[in-house]
Amino acid sequence: MSDITSGKAPKPSLWSKHKIFETNSIILIIGILVVISIGGLVEIAPLFYLKSTIEKVEGMRPYTPLELAGRAIYVREGCYNCHSQMIRPMRDEVERYGHYSLAAESMYDKPFQWGSKRTGPDLARVGGKYSDAWQLQHLNAPRSIVPQSIMPGYPFLAQTDLAANDIATEMKVQSVTGVPYTKEMMEAALDDLRAQTDPDHPKAAEFAKRYPKANARDFDGNPQRITEADALIAYLQVLGTLVDFKTYDNKANLR
Amino acid sequence: MATGAIRNMTGGESLGALALAVFGVACLIIAGLTDHGGYAFHMVVFALASVLAFRAIIVRRYHGDGPQPQEINGKPNYNFGPVKFATAAAMFWGVAGFLVGLVIALQLAFPVLNLDLPWTSFGRLRPLHTSAVIFAFGGNVLLATSFYVVQRTCHARLAGDLSPWFVVLGYNLFIVVAGTGYLLGITQGKEYAEPEWYADLFLTVVWVVYLLVFLATIWKRKEPHIYVANWFYLGFIVTIAVLHLGNNMTIPVSITSPKSYIVWSGVQDAMFQWWYGHNAVGFFLTAGFLAIMYYFIPKRAERPVYSYRLSIIHFWALIFLYIWAGPHHLHYTALPDWAQTLGMTFSIMLWMPSWGGMINGLMTLSGAWDKLRTDPVLRMMVVSVAFYGMSTFEGPLMSVKAVNSLSHYTDWTIGHVHSGALGWVGYVSFGAIYCLVPWLWKKERLYSNRLVEWHFWISTMGIVLYISAMWVSGIMQGLMWRAYTALGYLEYSFIETVAAMHPYYVIRAIGGGLFLLGALIMVYNLIMTVRAAPNAVEKSLAPAAGLQPAE
Repeated sequence: MSDITSGKAPKPSLWSKHKIFETNSIILIIGILVVISIGGLVEIAPLFYLKSTIEKVEGMRPYTPLELAGRAIYVREGCYNCHSQMIRPMRDEVERYGHYSLAAESMYDKPFQWGSKRTGPDLARVGGKYSDAWQLQHLNAPRSIVPQSIMPGYPFLAQTDLAANDIATEMKVQSVTGVPYTKEMMEAALDDLRAQTDPDHPKAAEFAKRYPKANARDFDGNPQRITEADALIAYLQVLGTLVDFKTYDNKANLR
Repeated sequence: MATGAIRNMTGGESLGALALAVFGVACLIIAGLTDHGGYAFHMVVFALASVLAFRAIIVRRYHGDGPQPQEINGKPNYNFGPVKFATAAAMFWGVAGFLVGLVIALQLAFPVLNLDLPWTSFGRLRPLHTSAVIFAFGGNVLLATSFYVVQRTCHARLAGDLSPWFVVLGYNLFIVVAGTGYLLGITQGKEYAEPEWYADLFLTVVWVVYLLVFLATIWKRKEPHIYVANWFYLGFIVTIAVLHLGNNMTIPVSITSPKSYIVWSGVQDAMFQWWYGHNAVGFFLTAGFLAIMYYFIPKRAERPVYSYRLSIIHFWALIFLYIWAGPHHLHYTALPDWAQTLGMTFSIMLWMPSWGGMINGLMTLSGAWDKLRTDPVLRMMVVSVAFYGMSTFEGPLMSVKAVNSLSHYTDWTIGHVHSGALGWVGYVSFGAIYCLVPWLWKKERLYSNRLVEWHFWISTMGIVLYISAMWVSGIMQGLMWRAYTALGYLEYSFIETVAAMHPYYVIRAIGGGLFLLGALIMVYNLIMTVRAAPNAVEKSLAPAAGLQPAE
């Protein structure tokens, strides 16, 4: 497509420079890689050193072994497909769900579970909102408590023993990538898991020291067994409760 | 004779067979070591697939069918076997994916259909639906069309002997492992990136071979220029590789465990996820399918691409801008404001190359608009480009923070995705497959154009019902969540907003049902085309009439 309207010899158009990409696949690939790298680098790299995204907030601790196992069940059942865990700072959301979510509150979440859809309500601060018995009944048969609910029932959770043999290894893998599990926490993982479901457990005091303010009780109303419902309810009950917003200084978090 | 056949094996065959043997044995060992049932099942599936592939290599050699000649009588000897397989697989997974979509749509309207079983609950079926339609249906369409287009536009046989088959079979094996994994509860819990570490690793190998086969075919081209569709295919293949690696940086708990943990956490993980997630849309569902537009529409309309310069701008602007758009999935979250604003700004700018591409596709019909009356396949592809224009306008609109504060977390997003997925990706794929099947099976025409008309109108009605139901339910629920009474209290409890969704969920399910019905009509039409349509005379293999190389 050269300029043929003027009498002069056509100047090589800028468009002809594109030929180099069209005739050399390797240069084309290099061009593609350069062009697609820029946006990602600009948006992602700073998140690893900006204060607002890496700061620590008073009260945040890693999940207990039982909560971690419960979180794995939350992920396994795909709860994130219908429930978000990210409260936006709008008036209606803050009134409905509580204080807007901080980056620090999901700093130990692998993967993050902010979600993208609220077919059901946000769960970022569901911890302590309902009793264990309510949660259990709601998991077993949602419409027995909330008649218009469209949530699936999960009666099998309370019938299934929790498989947690790998829990120490899982904590180890998390610690490699930044979750501050100590050697002591990993060695005591299975004891801690049992102690959290049984306040009379001989190691209960040690557990409470390792994970301050953790809920320790039988969550599923069946002290004979540690079930998947125990773990999931322990996870749900801790969500959004670790940061105390009575003492939280939101000015320190200005961004 | 058998030993002679073995002795004659090519280097590729021996190496492939050896790799398969090692891989199969390793999988069996892991299957024996693990105490996780679903993981053991997957390892057995891998082992079984290795055995079958191993056997296929030996049997082929035993029958004396080695690598095929590059040319016959001076004409390229195109390799259409893998293309045929991927085309059939696309239709199979398409119907399966639409069916699961219909099931989960009905579950939202009638929750009793969850059956209270682990394997049938919405939370496990929804990833099955999204992966089946995006990666299984869409992925096979991309494999089939890219392997077809790269051969025809380069006038060269697909590079490699066994590797093209490894790509299509390996990719579909990945789909089987990923899909059954969700049902068994094996998931990473990241949207559109649910497969666990071992499936991801396997996909990485398949994808690298895919890139190499595609590139090596381009290297054999007879034309000096690489045709525009192939730029888009290359952009799609390369970028998906980068995204896949970035978003799946996980450490397995152990070799005997299906579980892994991502190295990123919290806000960084969220940004990685939506950098990946939005560009799965941008590169898998857009760039790849734009390549289809740039080949099949000119070919079908027998007109050259409208503007060569526009296609250059379209390509570079699209891939540069798309990458930035991810943060619009994270508006008003704990992601820093500057990142959200960047995401929004680039999403709005993205409107321009998107519409530039749409114009390039639509205007390719100048001088051939009359064909829309007589050719329902061309009409389907043109309507798909119109849907592309619609959803690439709606997307930037929804990325504006004020709009997003209403639309986020609601069905509006679901409706938006489906106007793109059903209207754009679905229709351009259907159009391409309607073209491909007669070409591949050397038929003069489709079995029935009337059935294509039925497919078109039934599924168009389905799409319209689907997206309008989701507009109403999404905007309504967003408004209900933020409604206040005169006394300053929240007007609706959450569950009241859920109950209000019911009629729209029923309408949506009807729309999805119509779309599925259309696809079933298509499957029947295609099967009858292969079985009963008249054979083509040799001319269908002549060089493309309307298709000009870029420039």
